[in-house]
Amino acid sequence: MAEQNTVTFIITRQDSPDSAPYQETFNVPYRKNMNVISGLMEIRKNPVNAKGEKTTPVVWDMNCLEEVCGACSMVINGVPRQSCAALVDELEQPIRLEPMSTFPVVRDLLIDRERMFDALKQVKAWIPIDGTYDLGPGPRMPEKKRQWAYELSKCMTCGVCLEACPNVNDKSNFIGPAAISQARLFNAHPTGEMNASERLEGLMEEGGLVGCGNAQNCVQVCPKGIPLTTSLAAMNRAAAIQSFKNFFGSDNAH
Amino acid sequence: MAEHREYFYRRLHSLLGVVPIGLFLILHLVVNHFAVYGEESFNQAIDFMESLPFLLLLEIFVIYLPILFHAILGVYIVFIAKNNVRRFGFFRNWMFYLQRITGIITLVFLAWHVFETRVQIALGNVDLNYSLMQGILDNPAMFWFYVIGVVSAVFHFSNGLWGFLVSWGIAQSPRSQKIVTYFTLIVFLLVSYIGIRSLIAFAYGV
Repeated sequence: MAEQNTVTFIITRQDSPDSAPYQETFNVPYRKNMNVISGLMEIRKNPVNAKGEKTTPVVWDMNCLEEVCGACSMVINGVPRQSCAALVDELEQPIRLEPMSTFPVVRDLLIDRERMFDALKQVKAWIPIDGTYDLGPGPRMPEKKRQWAYELSKCMTCGVCLEACPNVNDKSNFIGPAAISQARLFNAHPTGEMNASERLEGLMEEGGLVGCGNAQNCVQVCPKGIPLTTSLAAMNRAAAIQSFKNFFGSDNAH
Repeated sequence: MAEHREYFYRRLHSLLGVVPIGLFLILHLVVNHFAVYGEESFNQAIDFMESLPFLLLLEIFVIYLPILFHAILGVYIVFIAKNNVRRFGFFRNWMFYLQRITGIITLVFLAWHVFETRVQIALGNVDLNYSLMQGILDNPAMFWFYVIGVVSAVFHFSNGLWGFLVSWGIAQSPRSQKIVTYFTLIVFLLVSYIGIRSLIAFAYGV
């Protein structure tokens, strides 16, 4: 790698949410161990394209720079992943960067992931503990279960599973695997469990569980290795039981 | 139930594919297999099936209405998918894609098959017996059309059975889903054999 002194990026750009996308090529000075984000930072420092023309700096989203926030997801050489964890030395050149096609583009590589946050609201992916007095400590969680739940809690709403899912697109209202797995996480929590049926109701609403067609791309591409398809099947089971309770009535509070 | 209409319809779609449509498919192909034992035994079997009490009601509620519902919602489901097997060539993504392709092929085949047999019988143009199918399958083009149609239908049923077990949360863990994959593969091979064997019997008399 010593002889290599530039890295070529071919970036799919878009000036505004409604304008047409176009490609622009950049040659960036190579540094050892650089990642895609440091390449984008070089372009921001010196926004000149491969033809030597001065252009606008490329816009992208980022935050933690250590693959836990999910903000910097983009399609890198055809694969949706986090640009902070994409090391230039491990990528084939030229490096092609595109915004994730499932989401509306704000500008260049910056996308709007709001639909994922709406999905979390639909399934009530939180634990309601606010009140007018101190509720005291909640029930304890067994250590084994905590370790298991930790795996589900790694979800960073990065959107890679939605990008890979054939049923998440502008023709369908499917909320995608991420929020469904989060509903499972909070339904498994000893305090969250107290509102389990509310989350299941959310999963049975429009665009919920039934949008899944079991293509199972999500579990293959998840950067955190979350067992998304197991979560989906588990929620399918729970929702089926809940729907029977709703229909036939049940003696158990639900 | 009214507030979860989409959930209800989609789960009904999944259930109907197995019960009664899947069961009917197997029954149909098994009864066809009488053709292998000769014209006489096939005609006997058909006469028995045709003499079932409440036949028209059975046909309407076990066959026609479930298939019609499954087909209409199914075409919609095909339409809302954005297939991406080129970008994500995983095994299950291919199965997802093939499920949609075989669904459409099965629908076309079924429309033709029902027109050629049930509708023509109802119009009094032909009689339901061994020689009707022999006449149709004598034509090599029709024989291959039927082979493709039967294999599509059986694939759609077998892979749909996998989807049913996952969508209802019966097969949950990756291991159980894998075991179900092998199980439905065996179902696909066995039922395809039964179906194609009787087509061969009609077409070539062996």
